[in-house]
Order: sequence, then structure tokens, then C-alpha cells
Amino acid sequence: MTILHHPGDELVLGYAAGSLAESWSIAIAAHLTYCPICRHKVEAAEHVGGSLLGGLEEEALAPSALDLVLSQIKGVEQEKPEQWQASIEESSPSKQESILPSALQSYIGNDIDSLPWQRLGNDVSQYLIKTNDHEAKARILRIKAGRPVPSHGHRGRELTLVLSGSFEDEFSKFRAGDLEDVAEETVHKPIAAAGDDCICLAVTDAPLRFKELIPRILQPVLNI
Amino acid sequence: MMKLGASPDIAEEITQETFVSVWRKAQQFDQRKSSAVTWIFTIARNQRIDRLRKERRPALDPNDPLLVPNKTPTPFEELEQSSIVKNVTASIEQLPDDQRDVVRLSFIEGLSHQEISARLKTPLGTIKSRLRLSFEKLRLSLGDFQ
Ligand SMILES: [Zn+2]
Repeated sequence: MTILHHPGDELVLGYAAGSLAESWSIAIAAHLTYCPICRHKVEAAEHVGGSLLGGLEEEALAPSALDLVLSQIKGVEQEKPEQWQASIEESSPSKQESILPSALQSYIGNDIDSLPWQRLGNDVSQYLIKTNDHEAKARILRIKAGRPVPSHGHRGRELTLVLSGSFEDEFSKFRAGDLEDVAEETVHKPIAAAGDDCICLAVTDAPLRFKELIPRILQPVLNI
Repeated sequence: MMKLGASPDIAEEITQETFVSVWRKAQQFDQRKSSAVTWIFTIARNQRIDRLRKERRPALDPNDPLLVPNKTPTPFEELEQSSIVKNVTASIEQLPDDQRDVVRLSFIEGLSHQEISARLKTPLGTIKSRLRLSFEKLRLSLGDFQ
């Protein structure tokens, strides 16, 4: 699998710094599962945090506190060289096969079919993910094979990560692991490829702007 | 340790919690895989997200069956962990002030790019391009040419 569409550096940096809100961060963490290139960038960015923290120590802490911690670490070093890598936290026990990266499973479990899907017209269903994020909303979208999502514009940003199947819009084709970053003012009409349903994670920070009447009427009811 | 845009009390609490976590997890730390300060940074960052924003931190699971492995070793996998941080530190010192400030506000104070823009009274696009430019330089210092 070759990933063709990556998050911009600005998103990678926000994720590594911890300043990116939760919903966007889900999309980045999930993309990292598919993408060694971006994992590597996050690691580099975390070293920036580490370097700054190292330089900060003297002004803000009792002078020896960080040294003390570091010496403790050296004390236990290599006793148990378990896996640890930048940005990788507690690993969970092995999971059932699923199309969902672990970052998503921790929110919605691993069985996509058992989710209480909400229909958005004939071809698209959604499931809103519960987060503590007040800035953006994350949802799983399921688009029927070969069918379009109604044409829409954006008042804000939309990140879409393909989890299975693929879709195409006016700009490009997106497969599993690809992340599309659509800016404000862009209008597009994604169409799922024939064959399998396209399941993706979509994160938005403002309601979508539908061009057609019916989706527009349903929008407030359906929370999209 | 981190000002975090928080009151001194909360910042102090986050610092304490971070140290407790560092001690508890010290056994998981592998010096060959990362530098200690970077590891501590990630723990402090996660504490900050938890305490201050009350959000979760979605993270990658290294044992995820979906994980697509590295095909080739990354450029700085061969660098000594201690020299990575040295290189980055030197490179941060060489950044122009306006770029260094933005990087610091983001990583240490934990401000979003919008918050940095408001704090510095500078357009969001300028903040983002300063971040991108500084990241390019920092990655070059790691022999990262992508
Ligand atoms: Zn990527």
C-alpha cells in the first residue's frame, strides 16, 4: 500500500506538540498506522519538544529535578528493554481483525457493522464519535459502493481518512490510509468507487454547506 | 517545567504528575529507541492534554495488526539518540527569533496555532509558515531530506 495523501506539516506539528484538538488528532493518529513517513515526522517533532524541555529545565525547575529523573531512568535502563517509541503509548492486548486502526477502536470498538448508523439519505450513513472536543467533530461515514456524497462546500476545514474502499473527487483518488485535507471555500463531490462501500473518518470544524435542497433541510436534524 | 498557559498551581500539578508517571514508567523506557528528554516531553504533553483540555490523546498502537512497517530504516534511526537531541537543540538556537518563539509557544505552552496567532497578533497563515520553515530546518539538522 502506498500512501499518496498525507497531512501537512502543520497538522503533524500540532499533533506532536499536543496542541491539536482531539478530533483532528484522531485522524492523524489513525493515519500514522498506515504511514511510516508521517510516523517519522512525528518522532522528529517530538524531539523538538524534548530539546526545548531540556533547555527549559534550569529556569523553571529546582535545578536538579530533571537530572534526578534522568539518573533514575539510567538506573533501570535496559533491565527490561520493552518496546518504546516516540508517540507510542500503552499497547493493548491483541485485537480482533478489524478495518479500524487502534486509535479509532479505542473510541468505537472494532465492529463497524454493529454501530448505530444514522442514515443521511440513501447512499450515506454516519456515526458520530463521542469526544471531549468542542472545536471539531469526528464521524465515521459509510458511502455505498459507486454512490456519491451530495456535493458540498465547507465553512471550515474537512479532513477525510479512508479506512476501507476508496473514493474519488474532482481532485484525486483516495485509498485506505490516504488523508484528504479540504479547505474552506472548496466545493467537492466525493464518489465511492464501485465494488466495496467506502468507509472513512471525517473530521470537520464547521457544518458542511450542501448545495442541494434535501440534504440542506436535513442538516440540522442530522447534526452534520 | 511547562507553563502550559495554565495557572502556576495547575502547571505545578502537571509537572508533579509528569514526574510520578516518569518514575512509574521508567522501566518501559528504552534508551536505544529515544532520548530521555523527548520521552519526558511526551508524558508531560499527555498530562497537559488530560488535565488542561480534558481531552483524550489518540495514540498509535505499535502492535496494531494494521500497522504498515517501515520499509527502510529512517535516516536518524542510525543516529545516537543523544546526538539527535544535540542536533535539534543546536538547530533551534539558530532559528530566527520569530520562528523560535512560535515553536516554543506551540510545544512548551501548548497553544494552538490560532491561539499563537492571537497572542502574537500575527495572521494565522504567517504562524503556520513560520512553523513549517522551522520544521524543515530542524529536520535537515537530523539528516532528513524528504
Ligand atoms: Zn503520511
